[in-house]
Amino acid sequence: MSIRHALLALLSEGPKYGLQLRQEFESRTGEVWPLNVGQVYTTLQRLERDGLVESEGSGGAGSHNVFTITPTGSGELNEWLRTPPDVVPPPRDELVIKVLVAMRVPGVDLPELLQMHRRHLVQAMQEYTRLKSEITEGEVELSLVVDSELFRIEAIVRWLDTADARLKRLPARTAGQDPTSAPRVGRKIAGVWR
Amino acid sequence: MAVSVAVELRQVSKVYGSGPTEVHALREVDLSVRGGELVAVMGPSGSGKSTLLTIAGTLEEPTSGDVLIAGHELARLSRNDRARLRRRSMGYVFQDFNLLAGLTAVENVALPLELDGVRVKVARAAAMEVLAKLDLTERAARYPDELSGGESQRVAIARAVVGERRLLLADEPTGALDSLSGETVMRMLRHACHDGVAGVVVTHDAQMASWADRVVFLRDGRVVDQTVPSPGPESLLAPGGNK
Repeated sequence: MSIRHALLALLSEGPKYGLQLRQEFESRTGEVWPLNVGQVYTTLQRLERDGLVESEGSGGAGSHNVFTITPTGSGELNEWLRTPPDVVPPPRDELVIKVLVAMRVPGVDLPELLQMHRRHLVQAMQEYTRLKSEITEGEVELSLVVDSELFRIEAIVRWLDTADARLKRLPARTAGQDPTSAPRVGRKIAGVWR
Repeated sequence: MAVSVAVELRQVSKVYGSGPTEVHALREVDLSVRGGELVAVMGPSGSGKSTLLTIAGTLEEPTSGDVLIAGHELARLSRNDRARLRRRSMGYVFQDFNLLAGLTAVENVALPLELDGVRVKVARAAAMEVLAKLDLTERAARYPDELSGGESQRVAIARAVVGERRLLLADEPTGALDSLSGETVMRMLRHACHDGVAGVVVTHDAQMASWADRVVFLRDGRVVDQTVPSPGPESLLAPGGNK
């Protein structure tokens, strides 16, 4: 989460005090990302140093200063909004690694292992859904954050379902077979993102 | 309200065909659903989800094991008693809504009551009451082809819970709907269940299943796992709370 750009976004609505920025940041993100005052002022100081905001008041980045976005700041904000997010997968997805490792460990019941993870994830989804069922119409920011979490976890459940079905189709394989396939997986996936 | 078991499956197995073509759709399934509880059944295609639903709904008989509806052992009931139980206590919701095209929303909802001998005026009043609960009062006089998919499914839910129904069975009820319409339908199903009806919904969609109080996982005809109720969502969105 870029606090820097979130603050620029709030300032694009008009000049604001530091404390006000913190309160608005928290309420707009469904209070999911609590922010301490120190983070707000440090970020504001950097934004001012980079010419993206200007302050007016008793000097320094204190609570009595009013901050205003500069034209350069507006440009930076617009560019950030339009920059596609990084969709390159993390170098190590813990669950994928666990399943790949489990395939090689003698005595592991793979369907049972996948189901254990599936249950854990569906339980987390139930909790998010319970939270969603309590959200009022006015709390659209919180709804969006909860939706995003639900879709993220659902994608992992669907991956587990697909892994389960794919492994079920495989002829029985002795653990420890085919040790050369893992490096090939790494190389091929890396090739997609080149 | 007293919590009662609306449907119970005891060691239920179902085998289709025989000999080399024999298919074990369900194997020794135990499942009980209380009034006021919504249970989702998840599993891949061919895991036995739909068979479980049709057996719980008395549309099919198990090869072995017992099915109890509101404490009545089905095997001990006559064909007529079974039909009456099905008509009065159970409601079904299907993926493709199954509304009658020539009837308005309120007429569709009132139909099960009218078929059961309830006077038209009384049946319509009961139907309007359920439609109101599902935010459909304004759509009551519309025909199915004038309703959106989400509205049609909500009318189907109204039809499934109208009267004294205690058990609601839904087979992929959100399968034909977009995410938000599906969410509204699941919200309504959950609402209907929390009003006292027992609900069983079969789905392969984890987001829709997550509206249930309990999720039961089927694999190769067996119940292999189920979720356990959690204390609540308070810890979810706290920083580092979902580890």
